Amino acid sequence: MILFDQVSKRYPGGNEALSNVNFHLHPSEMAFLTGHSGAGKSTLLKLIALIERASTGSVIIGGKNLNKVSHYTLPYLRRNMGIIFQDYQLLYDRTVFDNVALPLIISGFSSREVKKRVHAALDKVGLLRFEKKYPITLSGGEQQRVSIARAVVNKPALLLADEPTGNLDPDLSREIMDLFMAFNQVGVTVLIATHDIPLINQLDKRIIQLSHGQLNPEKTGNTEQFTVDS
Amino acid sequence: MVRGNTSSSRDNTVSSVQLRQLKPSFSSRFKEFFIRHLQVFFYSLGLLSRSPFATLMTASALGIALALPAGLYVILDHASQLSGDMNSINQISLFMKKDTSAKNINTIQKKLEAYPEIAQVKHINRAAALQEFQDNSGFGDALKALKNNPLPDLLVVYPSLTHSDPQQINTLLIELKKIKQVDLVQLDIQWLQRLYAIINIGQRGVLIIGSLLALAVLLIIGNTIRLAIENRRSEIVVMKLIGGTDSFIRRPFLYTGFWYGLLGSLIAVLLVNISLIIINDPLAHLSSLYDNNLFSLGLMGINISSTLLLSGCLLGLFGARIAVGKHLKEIEPK
Ligand SMILES: Nc1ncnc2c1ncn2[C@@H]1O[C@H](COP(=O)(O)OP(=O)(O)O)[C@@H](O)[C@H]1O
Ligand SMILES: [Mg+2]
Repeated sequence: MILFDQVSKRYPGGNEALSNVNFHLHPSEMAFLTGHSGAGKSTLLKLIALIERASTGSVIIGGKNLNKVSHYTLPYLRRNMGIIFQDYQLLYDRTVFDNVALPLIISGFSSREVKKRVHAALDKVGLLRFEKKYPITLSGGEQQRVSIARAVVNKPALLLADEPTGNLDPDLSREIMDLFMAFNQVGVTVLIATHDIPLINQLDKRIIQLSHGQLNPEKTGNTEQFTVDS
Repeated sequence: MVRGNTSSSRDNTVSSVQLRQLKPSFSSRFKEFFIRHLQVFFYSLGLLSRSPFATLMTASALGIALALPAGLYVILDHASQLSGDMNSINQISLFMKKDTSAKNINTIQKKLEAYPEIAQVKHINRAAALQEFQDNSGFGDALKALKNNPLPDLLVVYPSLTHSDPQQINTLLIELKKIKQVDLVQLDIQWLQRLYAIINIGQRGVLIIGSLLALAVLLIIGNTIRLAIENRRSEIVVMKLIGGTDSFIRRPFLYTGFWYGLLGSLIAVLLVNISLIIINDPLAHLSSLYDNNLFSLGLMGINISSTLLLSGCLLGLFGARIAVGKHLKEIEPK
C-alpha cells in the first residue's frame, strides 16, 4: 500500500529532513511512526499526502508513483486518503454535519447519500447527537473525532494521522487510538505519527522509528529495498 | 461503515494493490453537478448578504463606475438620433437671380422635383415674400418707400429622407450651384457637421471612459475576491487536503464575482435612470424654448439596460476568474 524507495527530502535552504528512507507498509497493516521532535515524521506523512514532494527516490501509494502525479490529478489521489491532523483542520463556520459531508460533496454524492453516510460516520465516532453543533462548541477530543469522521466518511483505503492525540489527555488518546484500531480491523491501512510511546507500547502494532531523518532498522523491520515496477 | 471486507491475505506485489475508493455513479454525479452549482450559486449570495454593508459599498462603487459610461452613452445615443431627425428636415434655400422669369422658375422647380435626391420643392414668390415681410416685420412703411422689390424669388428644396446625410447633401449642393439662374445656395449645414463631429468625439470618449471604467470594475472585483480568498484561506487549505479540485474551490468565488457584477450593474441602471429623471424636466423646458416639440431623454431603453446588466455580470465573472487564478495557486497545504 505504501512503499518508500530510497526517499530523501531536503527542504529549500534546510538540512535533509529525510535521508534514504526505505520501508513498505502492506495493505490493511497498521503502523506507528515515532521519533523525536524534528525526526521527520510529519515530513514523511506529507510526502504520502503529496503536501510535499520527495527530493530523490519514489513514494508509491497503491501502485501509483507519486512522482508522476500532476497538480490536476492530485485531488483525486487525496480522495483515496483520509488525513487527520493534530489541529483538526475543521471549518468553524460550518456545522459538524457540514464538515463531515465535505469530502462527499466534493466527490458529487447525492444529498440523500451524503446524509446517510455522514450519519454512519458520526455514529461510528459517537458524535451523532452533535451533528447540528458547531465545532467550536465541542471539546478537543470531540473535535478530533469530527475530523476522523470526515477522514473516513468516503471510506478511504488509507488513513494517515499526524499526532492525532497530541492535544488530548491519556484517556481520550486511548479512545482515539481504539477508533483507529477499529478501522484497521475492517481492512483500512493506517499510519499514525506520534511520540506518545507509553500509549503505543500498550498496542501491539508495528513501529516505524525515525531518527534525524533516518529509519532505525532494528526497530522498524521490513526495510529491505524493493524493486519497483511501475 | 468502513470497508466491509476484512482482507486478511496481504498482497505483497505492490503494483497489484490499487487504492479503492467509494465513488458515486456517473448519473448521480451528473445530476449532482447541477444541483451543487445551484447550491453554490445561492450559497455565495448568502455569504454576501452576511455582510450587507460591505457588499453594498463594493456594489455601489461598481455601480458608479458602470453608470458613468452607460449614462454618457444614453445621452449620446439620443443626441445622434436627434441630429438624425434634424437632418431629415434639412432644407436648402435657392435664391434666384432677380431677372429670372416666373416661367423659368417654374421649369426649374419641375426639374428639381424629378430628382430622386429631392423630396419636394417649394416656390416662395418674391412679391408674396415682400408682402409678408411688410406685414410682419414692422418695417412696412420703410419698405413701401422702396421702388423695387429687393427680395429674390426663393426655391426651398427639401432633400428626400434617403439622401439626407451631410455627405449626400453636400453633393446635392454642388449640383444645385451649377444651375445658371441660381444666385445663391444656402444651407446652414455647418452646425450639423459640428454636431456630428462632437457626437463622434463623444462616442470615442465614451469608448475610452467605458474601457477605463471596465478596467476599474475588474480591479475592484479582483481586489474584493482577493480579500474573500484571503479570508477563506484556511477553508481553501482544508478543501485541498480532502481532495477538492481547483474548479470546485474556484466556483463560489466566481459566483461571488457574478453577484457583485449583477448588483453593481443593477445599481448603475438605477443611478442612470434617476439621473435621467432629474435631467428630463429642465431639458424639456429648454427644448420648449427652441420649438414646440418637447424633447426628452426618456428612461434607459431595455436594450441598453440589458447590455449593461450583461456586461456587469461578465465583468464580475471575469474579474473573479483572474483573481482566483492568481491567488488560489498561492494557497497550498503546508
Ligand atoms: N517547511 C519546512 N521548511 C524547512 N524545514 C522544514 C520544514 N518542515 C520541516 N522542516 C525541518 O525538517 C525536519 C523534520 O521536521 P518534521 O518532519 O516536522 O519533524 P517531526 O514531525 O518528526 O517533528 C526538522 O528539522 C524541521 O525543522
Ligand atoms: Mg510533526
